[in-house]
Amino acid sequence: MEVKELKEKVKQVLQKYQLDESVLVDILHDIQAECGYLPKEVLEETSRGLGVPLSRIYSVATFFKAFSLEPRGRHLIHVCTGTACHVRGTVKVLEKMEQALGIKTGETTSDLKFTLETVNCVGACALGPMVIIGENYHGEMTPETVGPVLENYN
Amino acid sequence: MTEVKSNNGNKQRTIYICQGTGCVSGKAFEITEALKKAVAEQGLQGVNTDFTGCHGFCEQGPVAIVEPEGIFYACVTVADVPEIVDSHLRDGKPVERLFYKDPVSGEAIPHHKDIKFYNMQQRIILRNCGRLNPERIEDYMATGGYESLKKCLKEMTPEQVIEEVKRSGLRGRGGAGFPTGMKWEFLRNAVGEPKYMICNADEGDPGAFMDRSTMEGDPHTVLEGMIIAAYATGSSEGYIYIRAEYPLAVKRVRLAIQQSEEKGFLGDNIMDSDFSFQLHVKEGAGAFVCGEETALMASIEGKRGMPRSRPPFPATSGLWGKPSNINNVKSLATVPVIIARGADWYSSIGTEKSKGTCVFALTGKIANSGLIEVPMGIPLREIIYEIGGGIPGNKNFKAVQTGGPSGGCLPESYLDQSVDYESLAAAGSMMGSGGMVVLDEETCMIDIARYFLSFTQAESCGKCVPCRVGTKQMLDILERICRGEGRHEDIDLLQELGKQITAGSLCQLGQTAPNPVLTTLRYFRDEYEAHINENRCPALFCANLISFYILPDKCQGCGICLRNCPTEAIVGDKRMVHVINQEKCVKCGTCLEVCPERFSAVVKVSAEEVDVPSEPIPVTAEKPQTST
Ligand SMILES: Cc1cc2nc3c(=O)[nH]c(=O)nc-3n(C[C@H](O)[C@H](O)[C@H](O)COP(=O)(O)O)c2cc1C
Ligand code: FES
Repeated sequence: MEVKELKEKVKQVLQKYQLDESVLVDILHDIQAECGYLPKEVLEETSRGLGVPLSRIYSVATFFKAFSLEPRGRHLIHVCTGTACHVRGTVKVLEKMEQALGIKTGETTSDLKFTLETVNCVGACALGPMVIIGENYHGEMTPETVGPVLENYN
Repeated sequence: MTEVKSNNGNKQRTIYICQGTGCVSGKAFEITEALKKAVAEQGLQGVNTDFTGCHGFCEQGPVAIVEPEGIFYACVTVADVPEIVDSHLRDGKPVERLFYKDPVSGEAIPHHKDIKFYNMQQRIILRNCGRLNPERIEDYMATGGYESLKKCLKEMTPEQVIEEVKRSGLRGRGGAGFPTGMKWEFLRNAVGEPKYMICNADEGDPGAFMDRSTMEGDPHTVLEGMIIAAYATGSSEGYIYIRAEYPLAVKRVRLAIQQSEEKGFLGDNIMDSDFSFQLHVKEGAGAFVCGEETALMASIEGKRGMPRSRPPFPATSGLWGKPSNINNVKSLATVPVIIARGADWYSSIGTEKSKGTCVFALTGKIANSGLIEVPMGIPLREIIYEIGGGIPGNKNFKAVQTGGPSGGCLPESYLDQSVDYESLAAAGSMMGSGGMVVLDEETCMIDIARYFLSFTQAESCGKCVPCRVGTKQMLDILERICRGEGRHEDIDLLQELGKQITAGSLCQLGQTAPNPVLTTLRYFRDEYEAHINENRCPALFCANLISFYILPDKCQGCGICLRNCPTEAIVGDKRMVHVINQEKCVKCGTCLEVCPERFSAVVKVSAEEVDVPSEPIPVTAEKPQTST
């Protein structure tokens, strides 16, 4: 995305809110939904728009796991590492996922197709191990089903 | 037996598909659409297709209930839709094939109310979950919803509401179990305006989904409880803080707020009284510590979600320094029922000190995973073996974990313990907010302790040293024990560190972080000792401590293991006994999984030598008898 286009997006997001510091987290959520991550230029623009120092914005953006300062893949993979999924064998699913994508947890494939992350319970424990790709929930995953599931995404 | 009286088109029937997250991951949306389409195509009169929130029986999902008969269908797929529509909805003949089968007797059970998983529960908080459409306020009102609010506003003073809640004995369901009525009184008596009422829907325990299911299945209960709480405490503004990982809950709560505002239950001059209350949704952003009340408030203020020391307590100085109160989703969801049915009724349920019911997300190595609500005081054994249906796969029970990362693991000898705040705390665990994970003989207790520690360690906000550095040290020790590099002094060191972290941490995240380690040390010390002294993992789990061997007297040389081994660690040939190269083996267990059951030639051992050839030798084993 062009820097100009990004700035325009920030403007639109900021317009939605009554501006005070308390909406910072909401704004970051919105920007991330728009851009897929939190680009530096956008955070600078947010800082100006909100009148909040850039350091404060970074302190919040880096605190919460939901925010990413790096570009992420088109498909966001969340492997559940909650307790229920853990005892049902998530570790092996995650290993297989890393192997199949050739990246480590937290990384993005070089073609910007997939980003691999973990999440602590998505509330579908009965069907664990759970893997969420984009908005799709895949339950009862095993190392063997990793490949076939990934093939559905391009 | 299961024939339902002929409908002749004049009987109203509604099929409710569960659209909780579990069932949605099993394609509940597609099933609902297919049903709607098929019903429309057939032009069936008097048949409705609707959806509900979570039924709790996620293990059997996607589930559907046909009312008014109360027929329960388990594991429904899109392919089953034509048969359900033709046979049941049109001809009145339920589809037996889709009935729930009792895991013990194998008997098919048609009616929802006869299924043990349900009929041993007592549902107060979850009373509407799975029974009404959570996106329609009218459904909630038809069950008497918002009548309790009306009663409070028209017939009771705020003080009387507080008195009623105090008398009911309701204690906070967020973990600590502090009496809810007392918290409300603190806020009522606090000086300063405005006052804030906050609902804690951060549900951070990894492996628990009670609050999510309540919000998804019956969001108006939570709102009604919250509005009553606001009235009682004199709050004019409120927040529901929901985990960002729960998009469906966020959506349903937002919709419920909008509907409630339209009906005049929220906003200015509620039900024509002079009480006004504005309610907002705040989404979290993935930080466990934000479930802690002071961190949660910091996060609402748009700051890093770090806890601060208390006092001052939120009632005196909370959100933006104003008097505030925080309650858990389930605490609030109970309130409308207490008002409707009275404190005496509520306090007649449960034990002397723990009143009412508790909701658990029952998961792990258990046959009937799902969401359950039981009276306080019920023995653990009943939950696990009666409602939960026991451990699947003929495995033995090892431990049950409650309280999430702050809780502990209780062994078999505690199964007859009553489930209540005091008993669980005395055993070294805690009630927590409702996660209950069952562990079987294949679960390594050191690995579980390590798992929880790695969770709290990663979630430690870093503000105080004991938690930030201490949990890291504990984790390092646990990791080396799992790797088989444990040292003799490690057990004492863990105990000592645990004590220090508990005593020195700023918030309960750190104060309770050692619990999973301390309870496993208390009840499963022999497993620690086996790892450290004998390099043995009794559960055969820790990769560094186990080995796989192919038994020469069983191997038929079929080659399946060789083809599947990801590291090419297996050598062999046709009709030759295969051999695993232990140097190359990464202990993934694939060979054990793929070896045909009739051969069962692969074994997993820990700290044991198995006599196998060093190179492939001709097969000598006799072909096993097969029936096919
Ligand atoms: C690290 C940590 C995480 C917590 N997470 C939650 C949570 O997810 N949900 C919750 O209701 N309470 C949580 N609590 C407890 C809250 O601080 C608070 O006690 C509770 O919300 C009060 O509500 P109650 O009185 O209705 O139980 C957590 C506490 C700590 C220390
Ligand atoms: S632990 Fe994975 S969904 Fe709950």
